[in-house]
Amino acid sequence: MPDKTLTFTSIAALTLVISGGVLPQWAIFLVTVSLCYGTVVLGMILLARTGLVSFGHGLYYCLGAYSAGTSKLFWGISDLIFMLLTAIILTATISFALGFLLRKYRSIFFAMLSLAFSMILYGLLSKSSYLGSTDGFNVTTQTIFGYDFLDSGYARYIIFLITTFTAWLCCFLMHLYLKSNKGRLADAVKDNELRVEYLGASAAKIIHTNYVISAVLAGLGGALMAISIGHIDPEMSYWTTSGEFVFITIMAGTSSVLAPFFGSMLFTTVRSFAYEYSPDTWQLLLGTTMLIIIIFLPDGLWSLFTRKKKHRSV
Amino acid sequence: MLQVKKLCKTFGAVTAAENLNVNIDVNSTIGLIGSNGAGKTTFLNMITGYLSPDSGSIFFRDKNITGKPPRYITRQGVYRSFQIPQLFDSMTTEENLEISKSIAASEISIDGNQEAKVESKNQSVKEILEKFQLTEFQNQTASNLPEGTRKLLDIAMALIMGPNLLLLDEPTSGVAAEDKFKIMDMIMNVVETETTAIIFVEHDMEIIKKYTNRTLAFFNGKIIADGATKEVLSHPSVKANVLGLTSQDSKL
Repeated sequence: MPDKTLTFTSIAALTLVISGGVLPQWAIFLVTVSLCYGTVVLGMILLARTGLVSFGHGLYYCLGAYSAGTSKLFWGISDLIFMLLTAIILTATISFALGFLLRKYRSIFFAMLSLAFSMILYGLLSKSSYLGSTDGFNVTTQTIFGYDFLDSGYARYIIFLITTFTAWLCCFLMHLYLKSNKGRLADAVKDNELRVEYLGASAAKIIHTNYVISAVLAGLGGALMAISIGHIDPEMSYWTTSGEFVFITIMAGTSSVLAPFFGSMLFTTVRSFAYEYSPDTWQLLLGTTMLIIIIFLPDGLWSLFTRKKKHRSV
Repeated sequence: MLQVKKLCKTFGAVTAAENLNVNIDVNSTIGLIGSNGAGKTTFLNMITGYLSPDSGSIFFRDKNITGKPPRYITRQGVYRSFQIPQLFDSMTTEENLEISKSIAASEISIDGNQEAKVESKNQSVKEILEKFQLTEFQNQTASNLPEGTRKLLDIAMALIMGPNLLLLDEPTSGVAAEDKFKIMDMIMNVVETETTAIIFVEHDMEIIKKYTNRTLAFFNGKIIADGATKEVLSHPSVKANVLGLTSQDSKL
């Protein structure tokens, strides 16, 4: 059966772009947030496929957001594309440096060490009055490629379009990467590192590469979130934020690049409505949802589609 | 092709390798025999970089590979299989071979020359599946394969890029007695045409007699006999320390 993932991804993106013109503001916001989260989780599935779980990807999510948010402060530029580029460069640089240490660790040690780094950033930002301390600060995105869109009346839709395009592009590239020789090594490392080494490849380098890619995706997600919401604070680096990404990864499953977006959509929807209608017990509702999914769909939500495919082939 | 000089390795109070000196030429098939703990696998592990020797040196094609990581040694053309098959268990047989081939194709550079990817020796997955009679298992997940088939796949993965030196660690362990020769015939038929030298660890002396032209006998980390297989197996020290034969057994 031919792989139709890229076709589905493109159709989904196109549907979003068209429906964005008629959807109410709250729905556009919900989808935008889902796409930002989905972009982060897309990186998390790459790590999961390499056999690693990061409890500290809030670090790059927050770094991406802060690098976008501070671009006016430091560079005097509030162009959306520039903000995204600074997020990519900063997260790639930091993750490349930290990757030399993290690639030596596996399982819980990797998870805890990554968490430690994100909490260090949280501590630093919380104490930095220059960057708004625990309150954070507002982010203004004025232009895109020099065009001043802020007062055009379409600002939210333009940000939605850019977020959709970025998410689609990340999804597209990730799918190609996972199908490539290099990308397939993620599964090989997860299965048997020793064998990978005895075939002539370096498991540590594969882990390092995938870690940097996942960090850049988290940074992009963070930058897009900062641009969409217009506010950033150190909570983005707090361990509970990283926990949400792990939560969505498990909930969604790792078998498709579309799964993170599907999972994020469900997560943000359940969270928003639970918070709306049951503000005191919304965590309970989220937890119950997770429990049900783990019990009935241990391979994640996406297994609903793959199961169907298996049944059909039988 | 392979020169091992004064190789030593200890684990605490246990001497696993003591002053080992071995030269291996092309076109040789060498058996390593010895009781459990004699140092055979340690010897293999040091050649392939799994363990670093305490002292001594290992040269492969005049290149010092002592203490180098496994991937570096593999890239020089030294491949190995394992006593316990090391497979990608969540993948199918075909995927195991495909991924091995893709790793090899992107990473391997014999003699450090990235351009020379030994295309002439590079075999297709289909060819390997056929040669090892794995075609019927090609869509079966590795974790569900019978032990003998897992062994074959383990060896097939090591062989896919046509190694210069192939090391097999107990290729027939865990295989039913009646299938041992069948599996060895298949392995040797493929291996002998694809590699220039083979070293294998084996406990079954019938297999050693049939398939090797030279044997190294290990005892307490030392090589107590090295020579033509027939001579080594009739060496008194080998009979006593490796084969467990008394002088009365020998007379019988």
